[in-house]
Amino acid sequence: MNPFSYARPQQVEEAIRLFQPDSRYIAGGTNLLDLMKENVERPTQLIDITRLPLRGIEETPQGGLLIGALVSNSDLAWCPAVEERYPLLSQAILAGASAQLRNMASTGGNLLQRTRCYYFYDSTTPCNKREPGSGCGAREGLNRMHAILGHSEHCIAVHPSDMCVALAALNATVHVQGPQGERRLPMSGFHRLPGDHPERDNNLLDGELITAVELPAEDYASHSAYLKVRDRASYAFAIVSVAAALDFDGDTIRSARIALGGVAHKPWRDPQAEATLVGKKADEAAFNDAADILLHGAVGFDHNAFKIELARRAIVRALSDAAKGAA
Amino acid sequence: MTDEQQPSTGSSACAITLELNGQRRELEVYPWTTLLDLLREQLSLTGTKKGCDHGQCGACTVLRDGVRINSCLTLAVMVDGASITTIEGLADGDNLHPMQAAFVEHDAFQCGYCTPGQICSAVGMVTEGRAHTAEEIREQMSGNICRCGAYPNILSAIETAMSRTQAQLGEDATAAPSANEVRS
Repeated sequence: MNPFSYARPQQVEEAIRLFQPDSRYIAGGTNLLDLMKENVERPTQLIDITRLPLRGIEETPQGGLLIGALVSNSDLAWCPAVEERYPLLSQAILAGASAQLRNMASTGGNLLQRTRCYYFYDSTTPCNKREPGSGCGAREGLNRMHAILGHSEHCIAVHPSDMCVALAALNATVHVQGPQGERRLPMSGFHRLPGDHPERDNNLLDGELITAVELPAEDYASHSAYLKVRDRASYAFAIVSVAAALDFDGDTIRSARIALGGVAHKPWRDPQAEATLVGKKADEAAFNDAADILLHGAVGFDHNAFKIELARRAIVRALSDAAKGAA
Repeated sequence: MTDEQQPSTGSSACAITLELNGQRRELEVYPWTTLLDLLREQLSLTGTKKGCDHGQCGACTVLRDGVRINSCLTLAVMVDGASITTIEGLADGDNLHPMQAAFVEHDAFQCGYCTPGQICSAVGMVTEGRAHTAEEIREQMSGNICRCGAYPNILSAIETAMSRTQAQLGEDATAAPSANEVRS
């Protein structure tokens, strides 16, 4: 690891004031320190935000939850209010990483974790995300884990988070604070597609700090499911994951949410796919229609084209599980 | 790889205080020193192992305020003020911790390199109170890799230690509750 200076502010405003162009905020450190050991991240200053007062989980006046950015992944997954009202989020978090990492990793940091693309990690290979303009090693290389949707000629990396897939399906809002003040970004507008700037994972501005994630009051608790398909039964990144949530009016679907993980540079949603389910019975034909729309335009590479059919089946199964009310 | 080189920038060592295996320690660490390197290189507590150094194998697992973490992905300076328990701090004098005793009893290792991490992780898991069945224990222990493949005996050891701990808790109704109550 390269030497750096270290600061430990007590207040959010102080942390933001300390931020310089080559600074990084650090909380759990589970991804940032790993990247620093690999020389992918080379901050000159670490700003330790673990003493900031961002550890609460509070009820919002609207009936939702406001989750402090420093709440650990374990505490969030096991928070009784989350287990009861947002089981999709608990399931997604517990499907990711290991127990130790979940104890360390923060809510804000989970949103900011970077792709696990091998080429991004290996500084001897080209990578437009790590070194803009150097090329993409994955397009013609080992791309089994890579994107089938929303990729660009410059980058085919995927976002690795499970938690974010559930947050996207639940229409969460990210609260941020920075030199220019506070603002809120919907999950759908938080992460970016790679386009011409794969070095930018999200729409945060320099020095902005995630302070909280807000869950709206929505009742999908009785019909939701997180399905994660991976190479081993535990402690592996998703090849494809699906967060599915349904709300029923009798036996007719009133509203639906579907978000995909492991297939794109951000959690993947398509309003049309969700709209097509409204007013229909929860059956395989309807779920297949939704899957068709979600996967419209999917393009695979040498080693990951199988993901398109896998995603189709995973979408149908997750929606079926959600309809059954499988816990 | 260790991170004990002198700083090449103006960054200087920081004073931190730890409660390490029950003892208060005042230490000086560079900001880039991981908790794992502090334990092994500066304090000669080599029970905690460096396996992958990337948070993938769990050999470096220790308890921070009773919670299991990967010490390789933790900066020592960031745990200032915390209580750290390593494998060296689990036994009570010559009396092994129940989890240690169960590992010995069940021969829950072959080469032993992953064992300190397995034991610390299992102790943390019991405190979390979320694993009850064999399947849940396997899932909750998936962050600890055993390349010798001693998993069946590791599982048996944990089950034995858990049932003994529960029996003890049953005898002592005033025993402290586990830490699975979530801050909110």
